[in-house]
Amino acid sequence: MTLGFYPGCSLKGSSREYAESVLAVAKAFDVEIEEITDWNCCGATAAHNLNKELSLALPARILSLAEKQGLKEIVVPCAACYSRLTVTKHELSKDPLLKATVIEANGLDYSGSVSILNIIQMLDKYITPNLGGRVVKPFDHKVACYYGCLLVRPHEILKFDREEDPQSMDILMLKTGATPIDWAYKTECCGAGLSVSRTSSVGRLSGKIIEDAKDRGAEAVIVACPMCHSNLDMRRDAINTFLGEKVDIPVLYITQALGLALGIDRKKLGLQRHFVKVTV
Amino acid sequence: MAEFEPKIVAFVCNWCTYAGADLTGTSRIKYASNVRILRFPCTGRIDYMLLLKAFDEGADGIIVSGCHPNDCHYTSGNFHARRRWIMFRSLCDFTGIDTRRIKFSWVSAAEGAKWADIVNTTVASIRELGPYTEYKIVANNPVKEVSHG
Amino acid sequence: MSKIGVFVCHCGENISATVDCAKVAETASKYDGVAFSVDYKYMCSDPGQSLIKSAIAEKGLTGVVVAACSPRMHEPTFRKACAEAGLNPYMCEMANLREHCSWVHEKGEATTEKATDLVRILVEKVKYNQSLNEIRVPVTKTALVIGGGIAGIQASLDIANTGHKVILIEKDPSIGGHMSQLSETFPTLDCSQCILTPRMVEVAQHPNITLYTYAELESLEGFIGNFKAKIRRKSKSLDEKLCTGCGLCTTKCPTKKIPSEFNEGLGNRPAIYVPFPQAVPNKPVIDRIHCTYYTKGKCRICEKVCPTQAIRFDQEDQIVEVEVGALVIATGFNIKQTDFFPEYGYGKYPDVITGLQFERLASASGPTLGEIRRPSDGKIPEKIVFLACAGSRDPAKGIPYCSKICCMYIAKHAMLYQHKVHSGKSYVFYMDIRAGGKMYEEFVRRAIEDDGVNYIRGRVSKIYEKNGKLIVNGADTLLGAMPIEIEADMVVLATAGIANDGAEELAQKLHISYDPYRFFAEAHPKLKPVETNTAGIFLAGACQAPRDIPESVSMASGAAVKVACLFSQDELTREPIIAVVNRQAPPAYSSCVGCFLCVSACPYQAIEKEEIRNRNGELIKSIAKVNPGLCQGCGTCVAFCRTKSIDIQGYTHEQMYTEVLALLNEY
Repeated sequence: MTLGFYPGCSLKGSSREYAESVLAVAKAFDVEIEEITDWNCCGATAAHNLNKELSLALPARILSLAEKQGLKEIVVPCAACYSRLTVTKHELSKDPLLKATVIEANGLDYSGSVSILNIIQMLDKYITPNLGGRVVKPFDHKVACYYGCLLVRPHEILKFDREEDPQSMDILMLKTGATPIDWAYKTECCGAGLSVSRTSSVGRLSGKIIEDAKDRGAEAVIVACPMCHSNLDMRRDAINTFLGEKVDIPVLYITQALGLALGIDRKKLGLQRHFVKVTV
Repeated sequence: MAEFEPKIVAFVCNWCTYAGADLTGTSRIKYASNVRILRFPCTGRIDYMLLLKAFDEGADGIIVSGCHPNDCHYTSGNFHARRRWIMFRSLCDFTGIDTRRIKFSWVSAAEGAKWADIVNTTVASIRELGPYTEYKIVANNPVKEVSHG
Repeated sequence: MSKIGVFVCHCGENISATVDCAKVAETASKYDGVAFSVDYKYMCSDPGQSLIKSAIAEKGLTGVVVAACSPRMHEPTFRKACAEAGLNPYMCEMANLREHCSWVHEKGEATTEKATDLVRILVEKVKYNQSLNEIRVPVTKTALVIGGGIAGIQASLDIANTGHKVILIEKDPSIGGHMSQLSETFPTLDCSQCILTPRMVEVAQHPNITLYTYAELESLEGFIGNFKAKIRRKSKSLDEKLCTGCGLCTTKCPTKKIPSEFNEGLGNRPAIYVPFPQAVPNKPVIDRIHCTYYTKGKCRICEKVCPTQAIRFDQEDQIVEVEVGALVIATGFNIKQTDFFPEYGYGKYPDVITGLQFERLASASGPTLGEIRRPSDGKIPEKIVFLACAGSRDPAKGIPYCSKICCMYIAKHAMLYQHKVHSGKSYVFYMDIRAGGKMYEEFVRRAIEDDGVNYIRGRVSKIYEKNGKLIVNGADTLLGAMPIEIEADMVVLATAGIANDGAEELAQKLHISYDPYRFFAEAHPKLKPVETNTAGIFLAGACQAPRDIPESVSMASGAAVKVACLFSQDELTREPIIAVVNRQAPPAYSSCVGCFLCVSACPYQAIEKEEIRNRNGELIKSIAKVNPGLCQGCGTCVAFCRTKSIDIQGYTHEQMYTEVLALLNEY
């Protein structure tokens, strides 16, 4: 079966390495990936503050296109996109009137038949069951798995993992040979959208995350969201200013860490693109 | 044209669903007024011939509701009702009585909101099905006189 | 020809606000057989009842329909009024215009129409009602009290002191319940054990009380005045008559590291143990799950050291059957454990404890002998944080109710801590302070003003461990939701009070109802707080809802009075809503053909075979017969009967068919 792929804007821009590593891992396991044609922005944080219908129509268009393309299942690696798409599907399933409005606005049929996977669900479904014997270079490091806000919330809608103390990334990392640490900042906010507008706030919020990971001996932070990655990696100068010291713990996408364990070439995983040099 | 107002008869037990419907009242939860409740000591007392009689007399839908499994005031009446319902449903399916018009459920004395919900969803689904004219035609057919001797 | 009176009640405005009562009465007056129809403001009031009585006398009514509230509310009231006017009370029926109509529908024609329908159904039914007489049954004047906490103790003593016999069963090896675990009690700070243990001893010594500890209810049959209970006395592996309670076995037992239930896991106990020094009875039991002999087949040290040879390894559970007239359920409550809270570490941090664990730390008989020391390293905490509403009042956690006792015990805990650790700092995070009760508010003020406990209005979002400290992240909503971070040494969660383990199973054994939180349901929230819907079974204490000690004791005494009232009569009357098998003239005798399907259907074994014999003693026919003492009136047999020979009084075939016909004829 072909797995649909919605990259969203991040994976085409600032976090190209996330897309590269997702595709590299999928390829290694012969999972056929097909990008949704003519996809648009999910609306992310901006739309739902302005206009509810717009914030649902944008993701609904993506899902309509996937339906039209005959896709039954899509993977959405970006946690923000995943949240928007899942929330939209949920809202439209509850409210036929809203659904009709959205269909009319988009001019595209929408049935809600496409199932949406986040990166963890995708790996758990297609990769980890076949992992046996494929880990050639165990990722033998202490890692802090950082979930952020959007991967597990709101629980009522996503129904994925436990919201206060999620475990799914930790369990996955364990399978790559890593040692996940028990730490306190798994689901704290990294500063998210303030990345551009208020770098100092990001420095403080992300700083606390990096500090706790460092204090508890993490050798790498593992993420599954481009926004988290930007803040923890690209804004490291602001973080270090806040902490008053130079912390150089690298931040890896879960697919990059998995890729390393599988022995995939570092370049193919886009590790050279990071701001904080990946030494692990 | 005025909307079709279905006639719904509810056969309920005294201890759970009747009390649950009382709680709906005490909680002032509003629901459709199409339902008329008949009180039985226990769902185990409900003779399913009464359901046929209700259709005979023009009911469009029926609710049967009692205590949840294991909660019966009389230990096991609701289990008898459930077992009988399974048999009765097959009989209905066989004879062509529309079992979508019979809602079988459990409502405890603490589930006032659930009672309102069951009435509302039943009224909505019966409204969608329309009046039970098929049954009424058969029930009012002169053949009835002959078959009854 | 029936002469039926219809009485439509406005219930103030409760009914008349949405139902046109006058119109209902007027429509009813036109029904066949209705001789009198009237509406009135308050039918249950004295003048309202007089209205009914005088109509019965003046119009010679043969049946009465009162269209008012739920029959579960006032059926006894109106039936009694009818009886006083000389009409058989079972000729009176109620149409439920309030709970099932006026309160649940909007004002309008459809609602009034429904009200008329409900009245018509009952008018037609009452035409087929028959005069019935109450059934008289004897009363067994012994009470069974389940649960030996303070509520069960109080109820047992009160009943026993009225001169009646009591059987008290307790599932643990000792009576005392949660109260025996408490350090000091609010709002007086008197020592819990000091006021409780004399009561425990009194129970053990009372000539009217039989005490079975380590015992649970196995099953219950019967009805008010005539219950049969089976009690499982779990094996203590001990001959209690021989045991002197010297305690030598408990000191010699090699398996010593079992977390003590009494100390909430903060201390250990051996496999043969007495839960606490003041236990009643003060004799040990062997915990077979942990005992080396039962797990590995060898040891038997307790048997060797026992000076009276009282140990019995081969002792089996014993089932005791008792006959009782009433039951008091006082099985108490439980609390959520810290592992219920992911945001507070899922029970991972040893120094995040429950309120009940803090009681044990603060108690002179506790694992630290009353010194407040943290469980992880035994250090005295310099900073301690108390969290109110851990789980309670939190719909997201499935516990929307208030656990009621926490506000008070937190104030007490903080106070005790300040008294014991003078240099310490204590913080309380709260949502509201609920200190309703005599001297309660004053007590909380004392904690804040005299003992300097820092009360912070706000919730805690997260607790985590860092460098041996517990970092508590919260907010102070009185300072504009300012984030607050406290580095604490210990955190006490006032976890929600919940229904006890096995509450559901027990309710099912007793055939009583329970609420969505598995607390047992009282018969009426205001006027019948200690009764259940099952006659003869009463409630006391926190099995009904979270309760503090004064409330538990009041409830227990209330339940005891209810039992005493019951036992003050030699005979009880019971509703004659029971099944009967029809009888006819010979040669048929009855339409019953003797298939006895009803016998298999009856949950009460109330149906037996009756043999009809001729003068020479030859068998003519076997038919079913209902024992009116055992029949509870469920009617399951009625639906089973293939020849419609068995019927249930008050809900007969005629009545129920008539209701269906009446309902749909004009509907």
